[in-house]
Amino acid sequence: MTYIAKPRVFHPSLEKNELGLTRRDYEGVMSTLCAGCGHDSVTAALIEAAWELAIPTHRAAKMSGIGCSSKTTAYFMSESHGFNSVHGRMPSVASGANAANRDLVYVGVSGDGDSLSIGLGQLCHAVRRNLNLLYIIENNGVYGLTKGQFSASADMGSKSKRGVPNEQPPIDPARLGLSIGATFVARGFSGDKQQLVPIIKAGIRHPGLALVDVISPCVTFNDHVGSTKSYAYTREHFREAVEAAFVAPKDFVPPAEEIAADIGSAEVRDVRMHDGSVIRFRQVEGDYDATDRDAVYGYLSERQNAGEVPTGLLYVDPESRDLHDVLGTVDRPLWDLPFEELCPGADALDALMENYR
Amino acid sequence: MEPTNVGNPDYYHKVVDCQWACPAHTNVPGYIRLIAQERYDDAYMLNWESNVFPGILGRTCDRPCEPACRRGRVEDKPVAICRLKRVAADLRGDITPRFPEIPKQKNGRKIACVGAGPASLTVARDLMPLGYEVTIFEKNDRPGGLMWTNIPQFRLPPEVLWEEIDYILDMGVDIRYDAPVKSMKWLLEQGFDAIFVGSGAPRGKELRLPGRYETDHIYIGIDWLESVAFGHTNSIEENVLVIGVGNTAMDCCRTSKRIGGTNVKVMARKSKPYFKASPWELEDAEEELVDIVENHSPTEFVVEDGVLRGMKFDIVEWHENDQGRLVSTKLDEAFFPADAVILAIGQESAFPWIEDDAGIEFNKWREAVVDRTTFMSTREGVFFGGDAAWGPENIIWAAEHGHQAAISIHAYCSGEDIRKRPPEHMNLVSAKMGLHEWSYSNDYEYAGRRKMRHVRLEERLGSIETEVEEGFDLEQTLTEVERCLNCDLQTHFTGSLCIECDACIDICPLNCLTITHNGEEAELRTRLLAPAENTEQDIYVSEPLPQTARVMVKDEDLCIHCGLCAERCPTAAWDMRTFDLLKPYAGREEDHPYSGMGIEEMAPGGFVSAAP
Repeated sequence: MTYIAKPRVFHPSLEKNELGLTRRDYEGVMSTLCAGCGHDSVTAALIEAAWELAIPTHRAAKMSGIGCSSKTTAYFMSESHGFNSVHGRMPSVASGANAANRDLVYVGVSGDGDSLSIGLGQLCHAVRRNLNLLYIIENNGVYGLTKGQFSASADMGSKSKRGVPNEQPPIDPARLGLSIGATFVARGFSGDKQQLVPIIKAGIRHPGLALVDVISPCVTFNDHVGSTKSYAYTREHFREAVEAAFVAPKDFVPPAEEIAADIGSAEVRDVRMHDGSVIRFRQVEGDYDATDRDAVYGYLSERQNAGEVPTGLLYVDPESRDLHDVLGTVDRPLWDLPFEELCPGADALDALMENYR
Repeated sequence: MEPTNVGNPDYYHKVVDCQWACPAHTNVPGYIRLIAQERYDDAYMLNWESNVFPGILGRTCDRPCEPACRRGRVEDKPVAICRLKRVAADLRGDITPRFPEIPKQKNGRKIACVGAGPASLTVARDLMPLGYEVTIFEKNDRPGGLMWTNIPQFRLPPEVLWEEIDYILDMGVDIRYDAPVKSMKWLLEQGFDAIFVGSGAPRGKELRLPGRYETDHIYIGIDWLESVAFGHTNSIEENVLVIGVGNTAMDCCRTSKRIGGTNVKVMARKSKPYFKASPWELEDAEEELVDIVENHSPTEFVVEDGVLRGMKFDIVEWHENDQGRLVSTKLDEAFFPADAVILAIGQESAFPWIEDDAGIEFNKWREAVVDRTTFMSTREGVFFGGDAAWGPENIIWAAEHGHQAAISIHAYCSGEDIRKRPPEHMNLVSAKMGLHEWSYSNDYEYAGRRKMRHVRLEERLGSIETEVEEGFDLEQTLTEVERCLNCDLQTHFTGSLCIECDACIDICPLNCLTITHNGEEAELRTRLLAPAENTEQDIYVSEPLPQTARVMVKDEDLCIHCGLCAERCPTAAWDMRTFDLLKPYAGREEDHPYSGMGIEEMAPGGFVSAAP
């Protein structure tokens, strides 16, 4: 916990995005998390991504539940909407908000406790609904707020701070997501923003639920030798499956040209999304195909069984249709519809009921 | 890049821009913190140790520290360092009990100083506590040199001057007034073990143009100021032209305004960016309704029947030629009426009293050949310092010359090699006082530079004795001290502790930090989170970090020393450490009775600590 306010003085070379805002304009209040918490780096990555995408801060909504992770939403984009909900219930509240106002950018930040234990059912159904939401799970394998008990994502054999190994199998959010139809699955590491920022950007722009599992070490309760979620362990077992970059429609350059400018780079493959944006994959693993759900599932199982931490923008469905698309709701946000249209009254209901007689 | 060696005192010293820029390396942030704690005596003594004349310099210093101040790069204006120095002097109590003891038993060595200006006085102050007998020969009837003769009273009240000079003379210096040294050979025969020449640069430069010697209304600036100081001159004609635009010209025009000059113009050959005067002295002159006329190159004094009528000028414009030198093109001519002209176009040293066969070599400009390190001339045992050494500088340089010459004299008299200079040392002490407590105030003060209040124009122009600057009041002082960024609170990094969690990088408000792969400096500078474009400022590079073998890089340029990196570091790899430069003085390398204490520590017996 830090008591000094971050001074509002800036480096003179601080860049502005197309809205005329600097990164500092995307900051929130000073973090009260432990010094060195991975979550603060996720915050920094969110700030960077939102700045790069030039998201108008008043057009975004930050949703969270309970836990250290869920405090994150206070630490970025002070001017955005926000809802800090009941434990594990962020997806429901986000669903409601998204249903009412489809025009906002939704960023949900949760943790392995909030999403994989008490809120597991909520998570699964939000994934199935394909809510247009960036869903970040800050995953550190422990309940930090209650002093370091194993969470549902703790690996078998990972040791607690007191040296006791975990003997229950973990829930892997990435494979869980793949198995229930997630249209965007990624894994990052708080200690590698170079990889994380493009993933977050692509996730924010993804038309549907973008499930991002971020290994985000708990510096107080789970950063010791024997832990499988420490900075050192993650770095040692980190394996990048594929490198992804988000390319906004206006910035699009055919890959052939980019390769020509960067001789010797690996093979590049573009996956074009509905809105014209592109996710550009640079192969790291020879034949990795981020659009082949079953192959990705198999790859993750294989690498994780070998003790590795596969990372990257692991899977994306270019045909993703979000909740509103599936339901066929009107383009105009529901909150903005005149009351008479949104709720046409008893006569209209009666007329509708007549059809079913 | 090689990992930065922070064990070399120069690295952290350089981070303290003001202290590094100060010729005497005064511990500026240290005394500013003492002022903030209302410890004015301590603040004064910390100054006195290095710059000898805090009260005088707090009003007159050329302030090389202020353009260097980091605050000037982070926002517009630097900390008003000089003003704060004056606060320490104004509010100090009786500090005389803290002065070093002067041994009753002398060491048998006798030193002669020529001229009682700041350089000689500093030599005396440094040597008297070591048991030397110091004799100063002064041509005037009072000490101070140019501090007395050339700095007008409205900038430096005489009582301030005498008080600080007396601190030194009261150590038992044998000062002889009205005793100009007329012969170096004579002086050499008087049995002194070493001679220090601190006779200044007393000769004003001439402007040999037609008409120069046809009237007695053309004055040499420094001579005229001296004559005013001694009360020999107490009026001037109404229409005055001051030729030259250095700080002497500013003193001349402002003095003229007070003793009869109603229409006073400063005539500059070049344009404003090239003016030699300090910006604040220019401002003060303009505030007193002095016209400053640029791009006018004098060509002739117009004298009719022995009466000065004015001066002719070429109106010029300046541009750089192919060699990068400034050259002028004449555009037009102009005539300015005047009843008096003051020449303030520079000054030089003059040694008519040093015989050619005295063993002291001179260069073609009749400047003595003086070693830049030892301050010794080509004659063993004869040292030079202050303006007498390499021409006009300022008081703070003179003080530093005095310190260095004193080191040499002490080594010379002890039979040691004067080329072997005593090394600088440093103290580096963690400022961490508790989980979230630091031994300094690190909340950022957003206030702008406090402005010095001046006495009303009518009042000040009525008297040459009225000090223009009123000094800072308490509110101004308390705000200004908080503007200091505490650059001596160093961000000290221990790479082996780093877990590369990025916390410091994420929190740093000025984007000073980056973890990246090492490289050559020029290339590495471009790869930082914010490009390190100010190459005058170092970048710090750590040892390879334990987990990834990348390096921590810090661009020192804009670090505001807020301590957030250390505050957010989970492993204390970053720490804030108070840096205290231990600067050597004559005879004080080993036991260091003046310094040698961290400012916060206040070792007993030192100047800064309370008197026993």
